[in-house]
Amino acid sequence: MIIRRKASSLGLALLASCTLLTPAISVADNKVKVGMITTLSGGGAGLGIDVHDGFMLAIAQSGNKNIEVVVEDDQRKPDVAVQLADQMIQSEKVDVLTGIIWSNLAMAVIPSATAQGKIYLSPNAGPSVLAGKGCHPNYFNVAWQNDELHEAAGAYATDEGYGKSFILAPNYPAGKDALTGYKRYFKGEIAGELYTKLGQTDYAAELAQIRASDADSVFFFLPGGMGISFLKQYSGSGIELPVVGPAFSFDQGILQAVGDAALGIKNTSQWNKDIDNPTNAAFVESFQAEYGRLPSLYASQGFDTANLLLSAMDKAEVDDTEAFRAALKLADFKSVRGDFKFGNNQHPVQDIYVREVIKEGDVYTNKIIATALSDHADSYAADCSL
Amino acid sequence: MINEKTLNALIALLLLAVPLIAWFLDEPFIITLATKVAILALAAVGLNLALGYGGLVSLGHATFFGLGGYSMGILASHAQTYTPLLESPFVLEGTNSMPVIWLTAIVISGLVAFIVGLLSLRTAGVYFIMVTLAFGQMFYYFAISWPAYGGEDGLSIYVRNGFPGLNTLDPIQFFAICYVLLMLVIFFMARLNSASFGLALNAARQNSERVQTVGISPFKLQLVAFTISGAVTGLSGALYADLNRFISPTMFSWQTSGEIMVFIILGGVARLFGPVAGAAIFISLEHVLGGLSEYWHIYLGAVLLLVVLFAKGGLIGSVFRKSVSHG
Amino acid sequence: MSTILLIEQLLNGIQFGVMLFLMAAGLTLIFGVMGLINLAHGSLYMIGAFAAASVATLTGSFVLAILASVVAAALFGAIVEFSIMRRLYERDHLDQVLATFALILIFSEGTRWMFGSFPLYLDVPEMLSGTVLLPGGIHYSRYRLAIIVIGLLVGVGLYLLISKTRIGMRIRAGENDREMIGALGIDISKLYTSVFALGAGLAGLAGALVGAIQSVQVGMGEPVLILAFVVIVIGGIGSIKGAFIGALLVGVTDTLGRVLLPIAFGSFMETSQAASVGSSLSSMLIYLLMAVVLLFKPSGLFGRTQS
Repeated sequence: MIIRRKASSLGLALLASCTLLTPAISVADNKVKVGMITTLSGGGAGLGIDVHDGFMLAIAQSGNKNIEVVVEDDQRKPDVAVQLADQMIQSEKVDVLTGIIWSNLAMAVIPSATAQGKIYLSPNAGPSVLAGKGCHPNYFNVAWQNDELHEAAGAYATDEGYGKSFILAPNYPAGKDALTGYKRYFKGEIAGELYTKLGQTDYAAELAQIRASDADSVFFFLPGGMGISFLKQYSGSGIELPVVGPAFSFDQGILQAVGDAALGIKNTSQWNKDIDNPTNAAFVESFQAEYGRLPSLYASQGFDTANLLLSAMDKAEVDDTEAFRAALKLADFKSVRGDFKFGNNQHPVQDIYVREVIKEGDVYTNKIIATALSDHADSYAADCSL
Repeated sequence: MINEKTLNALIALLLLAVPLIAWFLDEPFIITLATKVAILALAAVGLNLALGYGGLVSLGHATFFGLGGYSMGILASHAQTYTPLLESPFVLEGTNSMPVIWLTAIVISGLVAFIVGLLSLRTAGVYFIMVTLAFGQMFYYFAISWPAYGGEDGLSIYVRNGFPGLNTLDPIQFFAICYVLLMLVIFFMARLNSASFGLALNAARQNSERVQTVGISPFKLQLVAFTISGAVTGLSGALYADLNRFISPTMFSWQTSGEIMVFIILGGVARLFGPVAGAAIFISLEHVLGGLSEYWHIYLGAVLLLVVLFAKGGLIGSVFRKSVSHG
Repeated sequence: MSTILLIEQLLNGIQFGVMLFLMAAGLTLIFGVMGLINLAHGSLYMIGAFAAASVATLTGSFVLAILASVVAAALFGAIVEFSIMRRLYERDHLDQVLATFALILIFSEGTRWMFGSFPLYLDVPEMLSGTVLLPGGIHYSRYRLAIIVIGLLVGVGLYLLISKTRIGMRIRAGENDREMIGALGIDISKLYTSVFALGAGLAGLAGALVGAIQSVQVGMGEPVLILAFVVIVIGGIGSIKGAFIGALLVGVTDTLGRVLLPIAFGSFMETSQAASVGSSLSSMLIYLLMAVVLLFKPSGLFGRTQS
């Protein structure tokens, strides 16, 4: 398997170098059909709706009539996502797929979709396999590789001079990646390491262990409702240690539910609404005008994904796969993150910031206070043969 | 008037005709949907033996469904990477041959069903429902945190496994395999039910004391039924894994058990083709309603509720009863 | 691990157990009296939490929020009983499973339709926030202590209701012989509606109490529902006392398993790996407990033997 992939990517590299010699042609009647598979019902729907809304906003603003988006709800079930991908590819005959939120669904869909010659743009979820050995010329990640925000948290904790961290995450692959990512950049000692049950909502036992340890800081990765529960219970536990976490537990969608318990907590993110560039300012304002709420991290990723696609459509015809891929890889669009470029494995090389949770009027939100890692490329890029 | 046999033949024909028409119209996704119906119907046919004929309401059949899936995933992933499954005491290689995988799935899930049955048949009623659920949950959490085969991420098998003489990647050929297997198993179930085993099992469900007095142990009958039931559901799990070329712990979740059970209730409990009708209705509803609204679960819920309240005995049950009372 | 920490963890287990008891009490009561498997019990828990969060946001009063949760859940319970459940009492368990499964779908998506896809805010009241110092130097969350007290009060209240009042007498009669109470001239449908509303109200109360320290979101009810089923099966279905003991057993086993197993594996494994293996095993522990209990007591600890 590995041997075969190497051979084919060698061939692709040759093809790609040929296409570089031909000048890019601008095409006006370049129609693209996009299949968006995302989570729109059930518990995790908030994230999918944000990605969808951000994506659609960018399409609407572009005024480009040549793009058609088919949206389907994966219900956060891997088997449903696989079948929807089949449907998109076989019946809808889409050119580009996007939208998946969760790593396990991404792993179920992406390898087979890219093998069938479809382009996949990930607006969220970046499993390590797809960044390293399993990278593919048709797969572009517009968000981050899963470990990146955790690595930034580790770097920040080191910068702050923390010497002993207590770290915890759910017991599943993304949780293990999170703790590994943090430890990769954290230079201090680990006071305690815990894996919690996936979907756990009561953290009394874990909090008691944190209190009993001699840690001077806490790192946690508990996405969604798990994070809300943990933060509320942490603030009621009387533990005063500083907390660091990735942005997932502090995004705009859930901060209001956490409330005061989140105030002052530092978290790492590649985006925030106060990143100072005109594209971002316009995005935040128009998103709020359109949907009546502040955009979240996920919405920003959806917005960037659509703009990346639109930029490639200006440069190449989607049927000319090599040229289209080259156009995508150039990433010649105005990102809400400011500069945006891809590394060799087609994952972003980007700045990751430290944000602090603040209250603006009645609304809880984040403010950037520092840069944790500059021009950060993920740790798996070297394993990718692209 | 229509009788149950005719209705069964109609259902079987319909399930065959839809993908064939889709094949002519070049609508491969409809074929995929029909394949999904056939495979999940097979899972429900398995459960129906325990639940319908044996009266053993198992809310843990996802255990066997998942075991079948993981049998396929583990064997095929080792074949994919050319690493042996076991090096000592003897070398055991992975495989991507469907018949071998099916056999493994049947044996493993049958074996586990035997053990689960041995333990849980000591209880009855709601306790039985819950103890089977407990076994399912144990496997579920184990699969989530077991890193060797992907944990919660699951495991992708990039190429569908092979069957001698067929191109399994062609949707219609894969459908044919699943359809033939489904019909074979249904035929086997029909024979089993009319044999003395089936009659005794039926009697044990209705009145276990009476069976005991004739010298048959209801426990043994039920254990055999439960084991066969688990093995059939395991086979369908292996096929489902091949349909998606992907396995994940969701296969073990209690929602999966619940869905398999819903197929049976929708179609008709203890009806030979009930599971097939139920799976077809459920999957069509899912497909049609899913496109209607973001909140389509509300409609799905409403339809299910109406079925329970007004179409007693599921689709086949109500149709059949009606035709009797009219005739 | 120090003794103090162990005692604190035991307390955490008891608190978790008491919370489960609130959920399980309603479930076991409904099953005991009406013989109904209600999968939608988790939805009533969710409705309680959402009602509490909305009222707390509107009025700022936690007491009103708790009241609202009980009333809203009880009201929904009564409506569901009146319009749907009473058609299902004579049906077998399968129909009940399907119908209440359908209700889960309707309630969950209905809630999302009304409140949106994002979690709601509900916080611990000022009065109960922070920690108290217990003897032995344990810092314990005041709110968790309050949950333990409320749970115990509900337990005692239910005991008195069932053993000392007329309604309780009818409930007991209903458990023993459903036809009999009809013959005694008791309005059976009124009794059923009130028992169902009572159970639903308790689930709503649990949802509100727990919602203040957890996430109030769609789908919050199902994991708790499964745990509550485990509890009543261990305790013996229909028995309030069984639900109480079962809840404590599950709460303590789960909490201590989570704490002790990784430590136990750490004695002969690398820490990171021990944490992972220990946590995997601890998530299976309560199901193992249930299976073992049923092997020795096929009708649960305090259940009446089934025919």
